[in-house]
Amino acid sequence: MKIHEYQGKEIFRQFGMATPRGFPAFSVDEAVAAAKKLGGKVWVVKAQIHAGGRGKGGGVKVAKSLDEVKKFSSQILGMQLKTHQTGPEGQKVRRLLVEEGADIKKELYVGMVVDRGTQKVALMASSEGGMDIEEVAAKTPQKIHKVFIDPVQGLSDADADEIALAIGIPQGSVAQGRAIFKALYKCFDETDASLAEINPLILSGDGRVIALDSKLNFDDNALFRHPDIAALRDLDEEDPFEVEASKYELNYISLDGNIACMVNGAGLAMATMDTIKLFGGSPANFLDVGGSATAERVTAAFKIMLSNKRTKAILVNIFGGIMKCDTIATGVVAAAREVKLSVPLVVRMKGTNEDLGKKILKDSGLPIISADNMADAAKKVVAAIAKKKAKPAQKKVVVKKRKSVSKKKAKKGKKK
Amino acid sequence: MSILIDKNTRVMTQGITGKTGMFHTQTSRAYANGKACFVAGVNPKKAGESFEGIPIFGTVKDAKAQTGANVSVIYVPPPFAAAAIDEAVDADLDLVICITEGIPVRDMIRTKHRMKGKHTLLVGPNCPGVITPDEIKIGIMPGHIHKRGPIGVVSRSGTLTYEAVGQLTELGLGQSSCVGIGGDPVNGLKHIDVMKMFNDDPQTEAVIMVGEIGGSDEEIAAQWVKNHMKKPVVGFIAGITAPPGKRMGHAGAIISGGKGTAQEKLAVMEACGIKVTRNPAEMGKTLKSVLR
Repeated sequence: MKIHEYQGKEIFRQFGMATPRGFPAFSVDEAVAAAKKLGGKVWVVKAQIHAGGRGKGGGVKVAKSLDEVKKFSSQILGMQLKTHQTGPEGQKVRRLLVEEGADIKKELYVGMVVDRGTQKVALMASSEGGMDIEEVAAKTPQKIHKVFIDPVQGLSDADADEIALAIGIPQGSVAQGRAIFKALYKCFDETDASLAEINPLILSGDGRVIALDSKLNFDDNALFRHPDIAALRDLDEEDPFEVEASKYELNYISLDGNIACMVNGAGLAMATMDTIKLFGGSPANFLDVGGSATAERVTAAFKIMLSNKRTKAILVNIFGGIMKCDTIATGVVAAAREVKLSVPLVVRMKGTNEDLGKKILKDSGLPIISADNMADAAKKVVAAIAKKKAKPAQKKVVVKKRKSVSKKKAKKGKKK
Repeated sequence: MSILIDKNTRVMTQGITGKTGMFHTQTSRAYANGKACFVAGVNPKKAGESFEGIPIFGTVKDAKAQTGANVSVIYVPPPFAAAAIDEAVDADLDLVICITEGIPVRDMIRTKHRMKGKHTLLVGPNCPGVITPDEIKIGIMPGHIHKRGPIGVVSRSGTLTYEAVGQLTELGLGQSSCVGIGGDPVNGLKHIDVMKMFNDDPQTEAVIMVGEIGGSDEEIAAQWVKNHMKKPVVGFIAGITAPPGKRMGHAGAIISGGKGTAQEKLAVMEACGIKVTRNPAEMGKTLKSVLR
């Protein structure tokens, strides 16, 4: 789960980390009030969306007067902010963070993730803050410093100091760097975070080390023990199809193709998407119905797939193990009837009670296209879309011809 | 021969009294030598009771001492599953197979740390389990699609493993053992560990390695195959179409920081002499093509 920058900074402060003073704002008036409350002469107005690259997209502005705070807030609030992480349609800005301006002497980077290789939390830091860290890692890997943290001992003073010096924190500020790194690890560990990033972490003119940004993601599987963090979820920032799917415990991710697919198992679902692509199609989604799909969940899955306007065909791929093919077939038939299926449906079923499942589909009288294997299913679903596209186009041409003929006749008639 | 488990393995089920644990203990018991293999259950609150004739013990240690069970399978709910692994490791079992999906990563980091220097092997979590066809099935895979034979199967995914097995069986190619290592980022045995076991197993003649996006386990295994493997290996990686930054169902299936893409994995595997297919419907066929 992702949260906003201002929420992340509140969590940082709970762990004793230095951040600029600031307040969230949901309207222009609130933004101006926040600036007044902060005092000073320089403020930063920051768009709050769950994507990085906000500055480049025009979502972060430095205001030097209250008028400017007002101006920038009204510009940013409600805008479709496009960054490299939002996709071309962008994300609507609904919240702002108004902060005191900071005296930046140096921009640094610090991040934490779970390292699969060592199976420990890795702290990564760099002197090249404020930039796209993936680019830094690709172009100048020697500028990324890493330490793998012992889960029992935690981050040691020695390791923290070494990292601080390596990224150019001056001797006089090393203690502050150490404190912020140790606090960040404590925060990461105690909140069950899956990603923590401060970009930039800054060294101020007076030698303080401050978290100017915050990015925190959390392990969905651990949210049960953090109700306070779970409450920070902002559904506006999530894909509406994915939100709907999560209500039915369906694992759904929107993609930009037009072939919706429903599969049991995450690996098989990915493989199904790949097969669609391999045969010239494009998947509209990733959807894992899980190992214990009921007719109700299958119906919900169909509704979600069909509510996506891009969906031109549906491919169902089930390998029945514990889940029996006849159960799925019954669910598919019920769902197809209930939602009054309007697009071609290709079903591939294999495994437990396969024959019974195929019979249920056949006996339903529904125009379901049956497939023998994944490749066959992908070919058939791609062909079904091509056929559907071709048909109405032909009709249109015929209609136009007739019209034009009659018009010509009419004109001729008039001339006569 | 086979790897990890055979008909002489004696198994205890941790979480035997839950719905999932009960169901899968029944189906595992009904498979091949299951009746003799599944000898104990564990539930701290139900010691002294029994489930369909299988005695239930309060602790793993008791179950091991009383029945001689050397392997455990875990169906305990996610908040308590890591502690269940810890208990099995502390009781010095040979192997723990954790089926549970959804264990917090932080719990697994601590459990893996505790396992250092211990003798117990871990398969999973979030996996279908392990099967040695016609001998023993420990886990949730459908037993009937398997067939005894010379092909080793190792995979991060559940149903995609069944897909591979189904294709092999249809082509008349049986399996020595099939190991689902699970879809979590912090887990027990990796592809490389299972590959080493297949290399040493006389029954196994070839191996099919099924991977997915995220991490670099497949690349590490591929490097090892290049330098040490005596048997042909074929592979498939799921997730060529997966966009970066999106978690594709499994906690471990995510392309992050431009790393862990399917293309990159396939390229490394090919460079290491593994024959790969980009068509998951042809995993079995691809394997058949490399058999000597």
